[in-house]
Amino acid sequence: MTASLVPARRRSAGQLLLLAPALVVGALMLAPLFDLVLRALEADAATVTSLLLRPRTFELLVNTAALAAGVLVLATLIALPLAWLTTRTDLPGRRILNVLAVLPLAVPGYVMAYALIGLSGNYGFMNAVFGVTLPRPQGWLGATLALSLYTYPYLYLNLRAALSGLDQTLEESARALGCGPREVFTRVTLPHLMPAMMAGWLVIGLYTIGDFGAVALMRYEVFSYALYLAYSSAFDRLYAAWIALILVVIALAVVWWEARLREDIRLARTGSGSGVRPRLTALPPLACAAAYGFSGTVVLAALGLPVAVLSFWLLREPVWPVLPDLLRSFSQSLSAAAPAALLAVLLALPVAVLAVRFPSPISNFVNRLAFIGYAVPALAFALAFVFFALEAAPFLYQTQALLVLVYALAFLALALGPIRSALYQARPNLEDSARSLGYGPVGTFIHVVLPCIRRGVTAGLVLVFVVAMKELPIAFLLSPAGFRPLAIQLFSRTSEGMLIAAAPYAAAIIAFSGLTVAAVLRHEGRLE
Amino acid sequence: MTDRVPAVEIPILVRRRPPVLLAVEGLTKRFFSDEAAAVEDVSFTVAEGELVSLLGPSGCGKTTTLRLVGGFETPDTGRISLRGRDITHLPPEKRGIGFVFQDYALFPQLTVLENVKFGLRNMPRAEADKRAREMLGLVNLADLASRRPHELSGGQQQRVALARTLAVAPPLVLLDEPFSNLDAAMRVETRQEVRAMLKQAGSSAILVTHDQEEALALSDRIAVMEGGRIRQIGTPAQIYREPVSEFVASFIGRSNILPAQATGGSAETIFGNLALAREAAGDVAVAVRPEQITLQPDPAGSGTVVGREFRGHDQLYWVRAGGRTVLVIAGPFPIIETGTRVRLEVCDCVVPLSG
Repeated sequence: MTASLVPARRRSAGQLLLLAPALVVGALMLAPLFDLVLRALEADAATVTSLLLRPRTFELLVNTAALAAGVLVLATLIALPLAWLTTRTDLPGRRILNVLAVLPLAVPGYVMAYALIGLSGNYGFMNAVFGVTLPRPQGWLGATLALSLYTYPYLYLNLRAALSGLDQTLEESARALGCGPREVFTRVTLPHLMPAMMAGWLVIGLYTIGDFGAVALMRYEVFSYALYLAYSSAFDRLYAAWIALILVVIALAVVWWEARLREDIRLARTGSGSGVRPRLTALPPLACAAAYGFSGTVVLAALGLPVAVLSFWLLREPVWPVLPDLLRSFSQSLSAAAPAALLAVLLALPVAVLAVRFPSPISNFVNRLAFIGYAVPALAFALAFVFFALEAAPFLYQTQALLVLVYALAFLALALGPIRSALYQARPNLEDSARSLGYGPVGTFIHVVLPCIRRGVTAGLVLVFVVAMKELPIAFLLSPAGFRPLAIQLFSRTSEGMLIAAAPYAAAIIAFSGLTVAAVLRHEGRLE
Repeated sequence: MTDRVPAVEIPILVRRRPPVLLAVEGLTKRFFSDEAAAVEDVSFTVAEGELVSLLGPSGCGKTTTLRLVGGFETPDTGRISLRGRDITHLPPEKRGIGFVFQDYALFPQLTVLENVKFGLRNMPRAEADKRAREMLGLVNLADLASRRPHELSGGQQQRVALARTLAVAPPLVLLDEPFSNLDAAMRVETRQEVRAMLKQAGSSAILVTHDQEEALALSDRIAVMEGGRIRQIGTPAQIYREPVSEFVASFIGRSNILPAQATGGSAETIFGNLALAREAAGDVAVAVRPEQITLQPDPAGSGTVVGREFRGHDQLYWVRAGGRTVLVIAGPFPIIETGTRVRLEVCDCVVPLSG
């Protein structure tokens, strides 16, 4: 619906009603970051130069870039063939493979790191089962492995959607114009996949830059790990603020760059006829065997490994003595994640309605602000709130209320997505007829709009809830004293080498994260 | 409407046909073993420079036939040869046959010029550029060379698709429902342009369509398909004047199908004894085109006008006669009102049908 169809008087009334909460959301996103900038600029130039212009900063930068590059390459090498196999070939069992390919989303990076570490060493899985002692994985290789095995499904899902949406006649046209299969792939298929590829790379790139659990366990010195060290061990707040700023700048640069690249690409179907569903390639037996070999290795590494290593450590000692601790930890995670999900949805609603029903430069701007929490690395985002709370509202510092608020803001984008799509699908005519039947704007919203977007709201709630349940970096910086959610328990035990003690927490997180995957798969199923 | 094509002209046309370019023999394709064949025992030829239409309702196998010729499907049995060379099992890119898709399939990430250059990859860059610009000139789109496909209208996109295909100078171009995405006014204009461009390029073409008017207007020959088989193949005039079956008679134009008792060159019908286009014997159905029947108001006539539709350039009448309703197309004037008794006469010979 175009804005011009809405009567001017109603538009202004509705807008005002929504603009206030939406602007509050925008302000909450921006204020702490401004504060972070101010705090960083407090120091005099000499201190800052001596702080930043040292070899270590350069080393961190190189490491961060190397990690991002490694994860992107490895994730692409895994995701692209898998997506092609499950969408464009007649490989028997491709439906099961599709589910198995997405399941690693349930194994967060720090759990994957736990699994890789648990595989190695004298008491590790490999030595106990196969008599092979592996060195403890760490550094670039360990972090790259842990992060790519966890994040490749984001790229896989994007590529899958793009591959099955590719109009077959484009590829056939190229064949008719004399291109062989390989040339068709490089000249037609690959360019078509680029937007999906970049969308996937963006998610993975941001995740990698912002990841803290896996790099910390792998002791790989990137910016987020340095931020953690500066804050937790050295209590060097100025240095922490500057590293956080660098992280923010890197993340925003990545987002900006991706948007610039994407502007240039247009891949909408041009013809008005119905697109032809892609045809499946028949794999010869040898290729089939190779396909099974490849996908078997991926599934074994991304799923089999954590499950096997976890079971191994879980069975070393009885679990029941730690059950009370586990339950307390679980309920603490719950007590932060549930209100955070609710708050995120409440904050997302006015932003989404404003963006969909009253498009304007302001509503677009507020909408973009809502994604800041998603783009800015969690550790930097949380640190900004630590500083902001200490300055503006000391009574909030180290309270559960602040933790819930930061969760809600960091994951606002996750709630916003499904609510916005649901609103786009709900017909504005319904709202108009409710108004003509005598309902006010609020009554219309409660009786007409909300029931229509119920599914989107539920999806947003579930997504934020499960992600908050396993959140590590924000909990790390903002947890009140004595608040030990699952992720922190697992992280602190693993980093101290207590793999047996960590196992129950890892198992709880994997079991719970399975819900995320179920949500994602259901979402994808709806789209198809 | 009633001027006869002398029967002797047909063999002359056949004799004059230039050498065969494409020969399709006994093509059969079954997608699922438990279903009827999509294409069954299809054979036809296309001569150099000839434009052949595959015409039929949806699901008749015409698009599958086209895709078999293009190499996008493999036939279960049968043989396809181009200039005498067997191409039945060649991949599409090795056949040198152009294909214009229903939705044009322009590459959205490339400009119009780059699209046209796409197939010229073995040419030096400058030469390919020149050739592509020439082709765009041929389709009157030279000034849109740097646009993206989505910035063009449907008709323009279609001409780009044709230019892209013709740029590689294929001896044969396959067009799948090329005009179905255009609005009615554009369609009439574009189809003559397309015919002119194909003739100018000297390419033969096979065109798939479900629109009989399009097939009649464009083709040198039409193959009418139904249920995976070719039911009749011939020039547009032949197909229209001498349909072999009730299906062909009703699918191309409108026909009154009447029962008749044939004895050699003539048959007894509700309109009396009529000359037959071909000899037949016994109980047959004959097809009478609505414009073959004339109406005369006559209180003693055998028919009664039961419905009328004024169409400007002519007029449709539904006339009840001999226990059935027949369709008649007459000139716009004079208007014969509903309820008038009329005498019906059939001019020209009628066609006995089989099946």
